[in-house]
Amino acid sequence: METDELLINMGPVHPSTHGVLRFKLIMDGEIIRDCKVVMGYLHRGTEKLAEMKTYLQFIPYTDRLDYIAAMPNNYAYVRAVEELAGIEAPLRAEYIRVLTMELNRITNHLVFMGSLLLDLGASTPIMYGFREREKALQLYEMLCGARMTFSYMRVGGVREDLPEGFIPRLNEFIKDMEMRIVDYEQLINDNEIFLLRMKNIGVISAEEAINYGMTGPSLRGSGVNYDIRKLEPYSIYPDLDFKACVRKECDSYARYLVRIDEMKESLHILKQIADTIPAGEIITTQKYGIAPVTGAPTSVMPYFPRIFTPPEGEVYTRIEAPKGELGFYVVSDGTTKPYRVKIRSPSFCNLVAIPKMVVGLKIPDLIAAFGTIDVVLGDVDR
Amino acid sequence: MIANAYELIVNILTAIGIYEPVYGFFQSFGLEYLLRIIIVVVEIVVLLVFVLLSVMFLSWLERKMFGWVQSRYGPMVTGPHGLFQPIADGIKLVGKEDIIPASADRWIFTLAPFIIFVPALLVFVPLPFGDTLILSDLRMGLIYIIAISALSPVSILLAGWASNNKYSLMGAMRAVAQDISYTIPLALAAIAVVLYVGSLSTVDIVRAQEGTWFGIIPRWFIFMQPLAFILFLIASIAEMGRIPFDFQESEQELVAGFFTEYSGMKFAMYFLGEYAHLFAVSGVVVTIFLGGWTGPVLSPIPVQITSLVYFIIKTYAVILFAMWLRDTVPRVRIDQLLNLGWKIMIPLALLNLLVTSFLLTARVI
Repeated sequence: METDELLINMGPVHPSTHGVLRFKLIMDGEIIRDCKVVMGYLHRGTEKLAEMKTYLQFIPYTDRLDYIAAMPNNYAYVRAVEELAGIEAPLRAEYIRVLTMELNRITNHLVFMGSLLLDLGASTPIMYGFREREKALQLYEMLCGARMTFSYMRVGGVREDLPEGFIPRLNEFIKDMEMRIVDYEQLINDNEIFLLRMKNIGVISAEEAINYGMTGPSLRGSGVNYDIRKLEPYSIYPDLDFKACVRKECDSYARYLVRIDEMKESLHILKQIADTIPAGEIITTQKYGIAPVTGAPTSVMPYFPRIFTPPEGEVYTRIEAPKGELGFYVVSDGTTKPYRVKIRSPSFCNLVAIPKMVVGLKIPDLIAAFGTIDVVLGDVDR
Repeated sequence: MIANAYELIVNILTAIGIYEPVYGFFQSFGLEYLLRIIIVVVEIVVLLVFVLLSVMFLSWLERKMFGWVQSRYGPMVTGPHGLFQPIADGIKLVGKEDIIPASADRWIFTLAPFIIFVPALLVFVPLPFGDTLILSDLRMGLIYIIAISALSPVSILLAGWASNNKYSLMGAMRAVAQDISYTIPLALAAIAVVLYVGSLSTVDIVRAQEGTWFGIIPRWFIFMQPLAFILFLIASIAEMGRIPFDFQESEQELVAGFFTEYSGMKFAMYFLGEYAHLFAVSGVVVTIFLGGWTGPVLSPIPVQITSLVYFIIKTYAVILFAMWLRDTVPRVRIDQLLNLGWKIMIPLALLNLLVTSFLLTARVI
């Protein structure tokens, strides 16, 4: 039967576009014939702002990229600056950094799980996910006073040491979480309707996924063993025992399972850190006093100058953020402010693969596939 | 023998000695039909008040249930345990601006929310709330119920078309497709029961379920027709448009589906209609498969009261099941639902019908 094509602008205000994103859909009844992703509604010019801030002043802006999991953003940036300036953080600081990042991976995947199921119409898992996330956020609150936008990392270390009683509470959280993950698996993984909605939906082959520049769990769901923590180990990851989670099915269900597996691996990492975290300084004692120190140190704590000038040069660092490969390209011209900062955000690169996945499917499949890509619009638009 | 609520009212009035003088009073003006009209109007008002109160209670119960499943409290502030929340919501919604989109078809747009109430309320006419507590025992009650509830997508289609919104239209189209594919297994499942009872009257269906087997198991049709019960329940939930089959409004896909453009009191009408429908359909499930108002007779208490209590308990059991389902499962996709309807449920219902009629002809049951 001949039917007219229908243009639907899904978004920028729509319940399941996870923020301000627009899909321009050409529909034939319920079937998607063409899909264009229109982004930029949340563009804040973060990269340009970086050029007007000193190196330290830019840290809070990185929190606002992927606000669901802000610690890896903090880390990716300070690591770039550290490499640029030739600073090394003390071992304890690195342990704390990895601890916070892996904790953030868990909270991110909890939000992912909840919002994916909410997109599919099941409104309960998000409440369970947020219940557990709340405990992790309380840990963060204990650590740095903030729950989502931490600004916790500093060039050369972290802002504050672990407070008293943090490790026992972390252990409690790990024990609780291990139990909960089993619960989720029982509730969700084998749900017949969930399988109907996820299996063979949003299929993208390994080759296509690589060509589109997908990274992170979304790529590993297509069977590519690509985890920067393993490929290009940074921080203390070489010393930790964990494995990259890979699934071969290439569909939405595989991408979902990869993230559930990753939560378990992150818990495993957290356990190791909680057992082996060394004592020591939390910020580097390395002398780096090229620029005049403004605001003299008020305590005997190790102090790193707020304003400093790394030597001229450029550096690109990448880490495995919960959503994929997060890269910071920082160029220094020898002044107190970066000459250029370019952010390679995982959400943006993963998002562009959506049209490839959904053309020929239906609107509910678009929602499901989009949910499994796990996108935060702050990260897409920067 | 009292047949329906009208005669029950007359009987009670006679028993307390009011009916005769009042009837005589009206007769002296030659207006005895006026008395009959008054009694019918009273019946309808009682039913309406009952339905509206139930609807308000249900909307509270749903949110409460949602809260309990999700390890939170649900509404707590307005009244004891938030019991007056529906009233507060109603007041708020009445105060909202009533927006009619410029490109909408004004008349149909305004009319549609009220039309949705009609089928939900009409279903109550042949629904026995208790022994003799029935507005009218229609001889073809079951066909009437199925036909009337098949009307509800008409108002959804009107709303979706009049809104002049793409999401609304898609929601409306889905509702129509869904209703066509689910009324058939619904009717086929019910016919298996009708074959056994030999009557379409809801009262006869309930009476056929009186008594027990071995003194323990009630003679409900759920035990004789388990397959028909499951099919009927699934088809009912699909017809009500609740998760996992709530395509006409599937929020995550179509924003709010057919009532995307509605606000204020018209928006509230859809919610009231939805819960009235939920109550009606649950009542139908109870009547056909769960023994209706039957239950142990407690002799000093009038049978009307005990049967009403039994009916309400059973109906709420079905309602809570539907709510529980909504809280726990995701939504299936529209094409998967249609596949389920045409390829699985209709053949199963036909098979069930075949087996039932075979066994009936062979006089096994």
